[in-house]
Amino acid sequence: MMTETQQSTDTPDAEALSHVKDRNAGIVVCDACPVLCRIRPGRTGACDRYGNVEGRLARLDPLVIAARAGQDGMIPFLGADWDGSLLSGATAFVTGIGAGTTYPDYKPAPFIVASEFEGVEMVTVVTEGIFSYCGLKVKIDTDRFLGPECAAVRVDGEQVGHVTTAEYGSQMLSLGGVRHLTGGSKKEGQVTCETLLALANKQAVEVTIDQGARVVLQAGAAPIIDGVREERMRVGCGSAAIGMFARQWFGHVDEVIVVDDHITGVLTEHQAGRFLDMRPAGIRVRGRRSTPGRYFQVANPGRGWGGTDVEDPLEIIERIDPRIAWPGLRLLMVSTTGEHAAFYVLDDSLTPRQAPMPEAVARVVARIGENCEPALVSVLFMAGAGGSLRAGVTENPVRLTRSVRRGLTRVTSGGAPVYLWPGGGITFMADVLAMPDNSFGSVPTPALVAPIEFTLPLEDYRAMGGHMDRVRPLACLREEARATTIAWNAANPWPLEPAAT
Amino acid sequence: MSVLAAMLPGGRLHLQHGPIDVIARAWGEAEAIRRAYRAAYEAFSGLLDALCAELPLLRRPLPAPRPEGAVARRMHDAALPFAADTFVTPMAAVAGAVADHLLAAMRAAAPLARAYVNDGGDIALHLAPGRSFRCGIVADLAAPGLDAVAAIRAEDRIGGIATSGRATKGSGGRSFSLGIADAVTVLARDAATADVAATLIANAVDLPGHPAVRRVPACDLDPDSDLGSRLVTVGLGPLVGDDIAAALDRGVTEAERFRARGLIAAAILFLRGARRVVGPAPLALAA
Repeated sequence: MMTETQQSTDTPDAEALSHVKDRNAGIVVCDACPVLCRIRPGRTGACDRYGNVEGRLARLDPLVIAARAGQDGMIPFLGADWDGSLLSGATAFVTGIGAGTTYPDYKPAPFIVASEFEGVEMVTVVTEGIFSYCGLKVKIDTDRFLGPECAAVRVDGEQVGHVTTAEYGSQMLSLGGVRHLTGGSKKEGQVTCETLLALANKQAVEVTIDQGARVVLQAGAAPIIDGVREERMRVGCGSAAIGMFARQWFGHVDEVIVVDDHITGVLTEHQAGRFLDMRPAGIRVRGRRSTPGRYFQVANPGRGWGGTDVEDPLEIIERIDPRIAWPGLRLLMVSTTGEHAAFYVLDDSLTPRQAPMPEAVARVVARIGENCEPALVSVLFMAGAGGSLRAGVTENPVRLTRSVRRGLTRVTSGGAPVYLWPGGGITFMADVLAMPDNSFGSVPTPALVAPIEFTLPLEDYRAMGGHMDRVRPLACLREEARATTIAWNAANPWPLEPAAT
Repeated sequence: MSVLAAMLPGGRLHLQHGPIDVIARAWGEAEAIRRAYRAAYEAFSGLLDALCAELPLLRRPLPAPRPEGAVARRMHDAALPFAADTFVTPMAAVAGAVADHLLAAMRAAAPLARAYVNDGGDIALHLAPGRSFRCGIVADLAAPGLDAVAAIRAEDRIGGIATSGRATKGSGGRSFSLGIADAVTVLARDAATADVAATLIANAVDLPGHPAVRRVPACDLDPDSDLGSRLVTVGLGPLVGDDIAAALDRGVTEAERFRARGLIAAAILFLRGARRVVGPAPLALAA
């Protein structure tokens, strides 16, 4: 809109003139929703969620302070009647949530807060990063086929990410990233941003995967795959399941085939069966033999047995060797979660006939299920804070990077611990479940807004060229009208404690 | 950015898009509630976009051409009866009209014993025969307490409750007032009508020229305000008892006028601890 109006220089129309007037009056136009409020300096838009702060559009959420109990067992100031006096580095931590940002950071970060912890003067630089380079790594505990590697993951038809390298017992998605946020169409960027925001804030989102499944994702909840809630994560691959339960099957069955999309296990051929001196059963499964009793690619990936497309397990049996097998042979076929299981006895023509499963065998099948962990969706936020955001911390940004690298400066996101990637920059990952609810926001760029805090001894902060004139004591936050308090997540390490080295 | 829909504790539905924040609740069979919430969500999607498409027209003083959108028409139709002798734009009804629209969608979707749609304090109500609601009224957001209770029965035919007052952005309010009332709550046949009436009665609770009242042109605060350069109240200094009574008298006169014309059922006016009630005793307002 702006560029159009700037072009009409000869005979500016009324709208163009009003925009020139807007600029002179310091008005910013908020495009967070269709109302398109024009906001005067110091005022807020119709929603009160966005405002004009010194000529910039800013979110106006409350600044979140996380508080934990002190030695006296009292949480210092949960509630509105806090007088500020008990605020100390032992009990209160100012998170970046709602802190706002000074992007592009030619100014010091919004809050640079000094507090004392166990006799050491500490400083926490609190800000919210606007991340175009950011995304989510989503781990989905299932062996079910969700889609081929590299397949597009879509929301509302827009690509928001892709299927990436599967991990043990889990399928992995990589969502977001700069190419989908700002590199594609406007709609692609918006949908990607909304998807990331919802998932990062622990809400549910349904995605569809090209040539694959429809999956409902929500951090900390079971995935729902094509409308079916996944209950269990597999106990291990088929070969691992053979190894774990061989001794318990021994004597009750003559052969066990654990059907698995990754490695299907065949007990009597497997090292575990050999160890028990089991008689070879002569049942050969399809697929490519890796090592004895371990088969790759017995079927295609799918939503049937053990993450394969198998509906009738007998279809993976290539042949039964009449020289080795015998009538009356007892065969168990089972999946890696125990959700699918069938018991067979070979008849006189060596054809498997389904039979009632003996109690002792059913017990071991149940034990497979018992040993499966609940299937969960885990969401890690990943972003790079190695750019201009550092200028809000220090005049000499590379020193922050080095200090982080040496472990002098602890990086947290909403108070939650982060994993720092080796190599250049400050590229981190954080478990969104360890962060407070609704830690994330977004800007219309589109980009995600995430809290980030840097905590270090005050002396080190001075030495790195920190904005010492902006350091203010924690207690002065009682004058911060926007401050709100939440309970500290006790599972997280206290950020002011010296980082383990 | 886009429509947010969430279930809140207590079986309430939360819908939010841009400046619209709605809490709805329905009572009835579980399946009916589910259908009603689904209908509310569907009616809510695209609602803000449709409103914004007609914003310039909706910000024009009435009488003006009738807009096209369903919510916009509710706003226009609710505000028009007040326009004969008063400055009013359809925007005076925006919150109430949204509430009415969502409630209508819920009622059309399923039979409900009771339902409300609360759009930032402007509330659309549905009561099946024999049912009732008790609504608490808080006059001062800075010192919240139950200042009055309205007991509403189905036969009262009240479909809307709306509250307007001096509080502006940052002090709990959402819009501007030309008057000085702490709060004016109106009961009317629908929320859009109640919304307009509460706005106009709160505007009338005033002390023109009084030095304690600080006023600023609306456009200095919000360049797109439908109030243009009209002076809106941004501060109120100390008032003596006579001032308070005189200001409330003006508001009561306006409220009685609306009631005589059948536009509203009842109103309650608050200013600095003083209270006036307009309307029949059964609806009133004890506490």
